[in-house]
Parts: sequence; structure tokens; C-alpha cells
Amino acid sequence: MSELLERATSLLERAAEGEEMEVFISRGVETEVQAYQGEIENLSSSSSAEIGIRILIDGAHGARVGTAYAGSLDEEAIAEALFNARDNARFATEDEFVAFARPDGVVPVSLDLSDPAVGSTTMDAKVAMAIELEAMVRSGDSRIRQVDSANYSDYLADAAIVSTTGISATLERSGAYVSVEAIAADGGEDQTGWGLSVGRAPGDLSLETAAGDAIRRATRMLGAVKASSMKGAAVFDPRTAATLWSIMGSALSGDAVVRGRSFFAGRLGEAVASELVTLIDDPTDARHFAASPFDSEGLASRRNELITRGRLSQFVYDTVSGRRAGTASTGNAVRAGVSGSPSAGCRALQLVPGDYDQEEIFRRVGNGVFVESLTGVHSGVNPISGDFSVGITGLMIRDGVLAEPIREVTIASTLQRMLLDVMFVGNDVQWLPGTTAAQTLAIDAIALSGS
Amino acid sequence: MSAGSLKNMSDTLVQREVVQRVLNESMVRGADFAEVFVEDRMSASASLDQRRIQELSSARSRGAGVRVVVGETTGFAHTADLSESGLLAAARAAAAVAREGRGGVREVSLETLRDYPSHAEVSPSSVPKAHKIDLMMRADEVARASADAISQVQVGLSDSTRRFLVANSEGVFAADDQVRTRFAVSCVANGDGGMQTGYRPLAATRGFEYLTPESVEEAARGAAQQALIKLSARPAPSGDMPVVLAGGSGGILFHEACGHGLEADAIMKQASVYAGKVGEQVASSLVTLVDDGTMTGEWGYLAVDDEGRPGARNVLIENGVLTDYMWDYLRARKEGRTSSGNGRRQSYQHLPMVRMTNTYLLAGDADADEIVAQTPRGVYVAQLGGGQVNTATGDFVFGATAAFMIENGRITTPLRDCNLIGNGPEILKRVDAVATDFSTTPGTCGKDGQQVPVGCGQATLRLSGITIGGTAA
Repeated sequence: MSELLERATSLLERAAEGEEMEVFISRGVETEVQAYQGEIENLSSSSSAEIGIRILIDGAHGARVGTAYAGSLDEEAIAEALFNARDNARFATEDEFVAFARPDGVVPVSLDLSDPAVGSTTMDAKVAMAIELEAMVRSGDSRIRQVDSANYSDYLADAAIVSTTGISATLERSGAYVSVEAIAADGGEDQTGWGLSVGRAPGDLSLETAAGDAIRRATRMLGAVKASSMKGAAVFDPRTAATLWSIMGSALSGDAVVRGRSFFAGRLGEAVASELVTLIDDPTDARHFAASPFDSEGLASRRNELITRGRLSQFVYDTVSGRRAGTASTGNAVRAGVSGSPSAGCRALQLVPGDYDQEEIFRRVGNGVFVESLTGVHSGVNPISGDFSVGITGLMIRDGVLAEPIREVTIASTLQRMLLDVMFVGNDVQWLPGTTAAQTLAIDAIALSGS
Repeated sequence: MSAGSLKNMSDTLVQREVVQRVLNESMVRGADFAEVFVEDRMSASASLDQRRIQELSSARSRGAGVRVVVGETTGFAHTADLSESGLLAAARAAAAVAREGRGGVREVSLETLRDYPSHAEVSPSSVPKAHKIDLMMRADEVARASADAISQVQVGLSDSTRRFLVANSEGVFAADDQVRTRFAVSCVANGDGGMQTGYRPLAATRGFEYLTPESVEEAARGAAQQALIKLSARPAPSGDMPVVLAGGSGGILFHEACGHGLEADAIMKQASVYAGKVGEQVASSLVTLVDDGTMTGEWGYLAVDDEGRPGARNVLIENGVLTDYMWDYLRARKEGRTSSGNGRRQSYQHLPMVRMTNTYLLAGDADADEIVAQTPRGVYVAQLGGGQVNTATGDFVFGATAAFMIENGRITTPLRDCNLIGNGPEILKRVDAVATDFSTTPGTCGKDGQQVPVGCGQATLRLSGITIGGTAA
């Protein structure tokens, strides 16, 4: 048993008669370097430890849960959190569906998600990567006027989730990340481009990829004009497609569905999307950046097919939403950090790849708009009503190839229509950071607002 | 846990002498600047959904961040260990950036502690949880009573007490006690055309006295009405047209469209369209833009910023002419000037940077109704949601969460949610009428992964043209 698991488990002894207790402890060390003009601008190295405690009390009409968080693991902080969690539980409304997860027999996959190279790589080597990344972008194209920030960051973390209901899960994970933002100029006009590379350790990172992406994105936007309004095909690059699928995924959350807060509610078995769409949530796939053997309640991860050739086949559930829906957890408890409570969410989305690469999709679409960045997503997309209206930058597609860059335009549709209007799914899967991997995606009948 | 335990933290948790020794340790390798930021934050939140109190949650977070500046380089480390040895270890980690050890060690001498008391009359932690729950239940009932079509109501209540102590090698030694209270109601209305949502936040840098049964009920009714009105909404138009922004939440436009571009970190990296434009006409002469940390009680209020600099009222644009940027300590030092009180950080785990406080456009002298009456065709935006800006290009987007058509000088059909898109410098020139009905709205501003509370404000105003991203022709 790991030391962290032992520590978490020993806290369970403090559960009082008649209450259940869950303990979530997470520890981590992080390094962050920002380079600017060949020097270190910021260098930050820190370690942290946090604990979340949930107490459940059963009553005549169901259970009540109270939660508390502490940003350190000293005895005083833990005692205070335990006291508060217990006190908070008294004030919740009893709910027959509220329960802690119990082991459900699903065996966790074995995943190697932690690379000790994060810890053994010297600080000098990490600093050198940030500085080199900045230099690569500055020297990569004469039109690059400025590098706003070139960053290297990594982390090494372990966590344990245990409960008096039999949960005992541990997780070790590492990650490394470089990102860079370039500003290109031509005449008086500026354009920006952002590039990144992710992996589990510094050795997985490609500075060339990050630098190349930032340069290409910034320079090819130079000369961008406001497009004329039209309605037609939009081709999303893997990054923007990932944003779209994340939004779709949030509407597939069992929490949203059982509360009637999803446009997918009541549509199981129906054709909700083009037949080209097979959407899978699979945290057991080691290629996925968000892969993990356990969910945030400590249940084993599993592969769930959510949309199968256009038909809505399944929602994702955590324990409580599963019970509310008359089913069981699908291993999809997610939390906003240690302080958050579990809720149902997609954890590692991916779309079954299609047949074509990006260029072929441009060719087949013929005319439309290529979307390279989305802005205003948090304000312009409503996963309840399905309304969708966001700002974009990108390039026009004319006669099957990329044409002039465009800016200050919005695209709009509804999420419902967009799923049905999928024209092509690319074969160019990118394993992006975050919970969604994606490939190029073409959607028809999008309204473009410009001049 | 009572608020009393947070009082006098500077005396009980980190002694003046300890702070001094930690700063000396930070400077031992010859740094140009060192700073210790100690924070103790208690927060509580509760949520109501489906007529049930879902959950009450408490959080306590305590720790210190040490920053050491050597030349152009900043080293930073944070720790949850507030013992002297824990703080010294953080100081050494942060000071490790000063590799060569340049000598020139000097002893830090701290000024007398400037301790800013909170303006809160009722400490949130002194309020019985049962009372907080009553308020939430009340909001739920009122919202549901608005109409049968209201199918769902969510209510959230949260409060935080943030006590911090900041000291630096220049002698600054200050403590602040920030108490914030927030209440929000979201409603879903069901109609023939699907579901629509309504939302009303109440948030202030005040104690629990801020929330009254009346204010909470008004928020509940407002959220319900907004969802109900949108049931008959039609798709928003697309294309360029005049827009009238109702007073209050429209301030987010100025936060996004130019506020971020006036932050000195973006300016000094030549990553803002406003770099080098002080003294130039950058906006319509109707535009006077102010960032004001001194607005007591507002969501973005601060007695002292997270670098120990008192909050200030800074005029950024005066009658359309760019007058100044917003500064934190580091950026101001490079320019040989003083900070404008805009150095903020999310927590002790974060480095401070230039951030807005309460950013608003001063009221004008037009009549709000007259502005609508003099607009033959356009869109009236009653509430704006969030927004986003690229400071380098000035391009921004923000969402309208309550909007109507203006036809023949009258507010008519409600519109579905849509985004407005534009370019900061261009939009500022298109402000062609500003009314007298000034009001503010709270928001959360995200920058480089750090969230801080901010206020926005403006009076009803008109933009002669902006792109509406709707689906209708």
C-alpha cells in the first residue's frame, strides 16, 4: 500500500457511528518556466497537498452529504475539515438517490501514467527548453514581431480516494507541457498564433511542433479581412473540433440529462447525429492524455460508446446521477479538483476516425470556412437550448484549398443541427491536452456573420 | 470556526520578525526585490437544485508565496507550511533564480503594519447555516411562483473571508481583510420551442448584510422573467447593426474591448493594440473609462492590492483620449513610476500580475429611453454574459444573454442568445450616445489561468454598429 493510500485509509477510522466517510488526498510538485527575450521571466517551483472530506449521513428519507476542503495535510487542517464536513451534512436535504460509490466489480486497467523523468530532469534542462522554444519562434519567420510568452511546465502528482463504503484507489500521474504565443506583424497589422506540445515527460515534447504551429497560425492570419455573411460548410481543425465535442460531451452528462438540462434528454436510441459520428468516452485508452484507471469516486474506468453511427446510445453517470436515472455509474465521476464534489462528465472523449486527411476534406468541401480558433465559447454556447454562436478566426476555403484569412466574424447554428450536419470526420486524430482528443471535422449549414 | 480566528493573523501566524527574516533570506544572494505574501482564506458555499439543498461545502486554504526578482527574472515558490522553517525553505527556492549570487546584500526594514479592516458588518461565518438555507429556499419559491413554465431553479450562495499579509524588501508591510458575498439564481423555462435560461447574480465585497430577503427575491424574479421572456425569442439577426447596451452588464464590453489591452504587462511586451498610444484619441469623445479599486462594496473593491499598494481610482481614457495604463509593482518599477494599485493574484499560490478592479465608463447626459427612441432598427442588449479578447489584435467577442430587437425606435421581439463580435479600437469610436442611468455588475475575470473578482459598469449607451452573430438572415 502506498504511503498516501495508507494515510487516507487511516483517516477513515475517524468516521462516527452511523456515517459514511470519503477521503480524497492529492499531492503534487510543479515546475513552471516562462522565457522572455532569451532570459527566464518567471520560474516557479512548488509542492502542494490537499484534502477533501465528504461525510454522508443516512436518514428516513435518504442520505445527506456535507463536504469540506483543506489546502494542507496538517492535523489542525484535517480536524477542521472533518468538523465542517460533518456539520455541513446536517443541512442538506435528504435525498434517496444520494450515496457514495461502492466497488462494482469492474477491474481497473493497468496504465503507466507517471514518468519519473519529470523529477529527474534538471531545472537547467527545463529552463533551456523554454528559452529554446522562444528562440525558435523568434527566428522562425521574419514576420514574427514578438513572442508574448514561451512556457515550459510539468507536474508529478499522486492521489488516493478511499471510503468507508469500500473504495480504495490510487493514482500517479505526470505531465509536461510547452506552449508559445507568437505575434506576427505585417505593416501595421498584428496577428497571433498559439502552439503547444504535451506529453508525460519532457522527452515527449516537440519544440518544433509547438513553434511551427504558433508561427504558421500567426503568419497565415496576416491580411485577415472581415468575411461576407454566408451560410455553408465550416471545417474545424482538431483543436476547435475538440472544443465542440467537449460541449457535446457536457450535454451527454447524466447529471444534465436527469435534470432535463440537456438537449439530448429523452432521445436515447434516436438518430441525433450524422452516421459518420461514433463518439466514445474511453479513459482506459493509454494514448489519451486524460487516461486514468479510476474515476473521481474511485471506480474503475471503462469504455463507453455514447453515439454510435449517429444514434444516441448512452449517457455517462456518476453514482448519484446513475441512481437517479435508475441505472448505475458508468465510471464517469469527475471533480473540479480536490475541493469539488463528484458529478457526471465525459473523461476522455474521442471520435472514431473517418477516411480523409485535412487536405482531402478541404477538397471535398470545395467552398466554406476553415475554423482555427473559437472565442466567446463560454458565453455563446448554451448546452440546454443548444444555441451556438461564437467568434472565429480562420481562412476561407475556395475551390478546395485554403484562401484568404478572415477575422471578426461569428459562426452560428444549434448544437442539434450541427450534429446532424456533420459532413466529414478526419483521420488526423490529435491527442490534445484536456479531456477531448479530436480530428478535423466538417459541418454544413453554418451561418457566418461578417459584413 | 469564527471570523475571530482570522483576526490579527499577522500577530499570531506570522510574526513581523519572521517576515523580516524570510525577506532577508530571500535577498541573501543579492536579489533586487523580494516579497512574502501570506494568505488565509475561508470560504463556504451552498447550492440548491431541484428544490433540494444539495450540498454545503467549506474550504480553508492557508499558505504563503515568496517572490524574488533578480534583474528581469522572477523566482517564485509557495508553501502551505507557515512555520519559520517552511517560509525560509520557500524563500530559498524562490531565490534560487539568483544563481550567481551577486552580493550587495541589504537588510530589509519593514514599515509599520498598515492593517486595513474589512467593511463587512456581518461576518458570513457568523451567520447560521439555517439562515443561509432559508434565503435560498425563498429564492426558489419566488422563482417558481413566477410562472408554471419555470421548470428548474438553481440557487447558489457563497462567501469568502480572505485575510492576507504582504511584505516586501522595500519595506511595504500591509494586511487586508476581504469579505465577499455572492448569491445567484438560474432558471430554466420550458416552452413549445424548447428550454430557455435566465440568470441573475448578486455579488459584493461586503458581509452578509448585503443579502436581504428583498434583494434575493428580486434576483429570483429577474432570473425567472428573463427565461420566460426568451421562450418567445426568435433567432438573432446576423450582420452589422446599431446596438443599445442597457446600463450595468454592458460594462463587460469595455472590460474586454479595451481594459485588458490597457494592462501594462501587455503594453510592455508590445502585445496590445494600445501600446504607445498615450495622448492619442482612441475612442469617441463620449468615452471616459476609469478603473477604480476604491468603490467600497463593489465586487472588485480592494483597500489594498495583493502587493500592498492601496487601491486607487485611475482614469484610463478621458473624453476619448488615452491617459494611462494599469500597473503592478514589477511593470511600474521598469518604467520608474509607482504601481496604480492593480497588482492582483488569485491566491498565495499565484504570482501577482496587472489586473482590473472595477472598470467602468462614466455616465453621459442622454436619456436612456431617448437613445432607444432614436434608433430606427437595431438590437437592445439587456444583459451581457461573458466575453473574451485577443489583446494583440483587439478582436473581442461577448455573449448577449438577454436581447431584443429595436424596431422603429421601440424595443420589440426578444432574441435568442447570440454573440457580438468586434474590434476594441473600432468599437470605442462607435459609442455615439451615453445615458445617465449608471449601474454596475459583478463578474469573474480570468487571465493566464488566474480568476479574480471584478466589477464592470456603464450607463445605457449606443454603438453605431457592431456585428451580431445570429442565425437569422
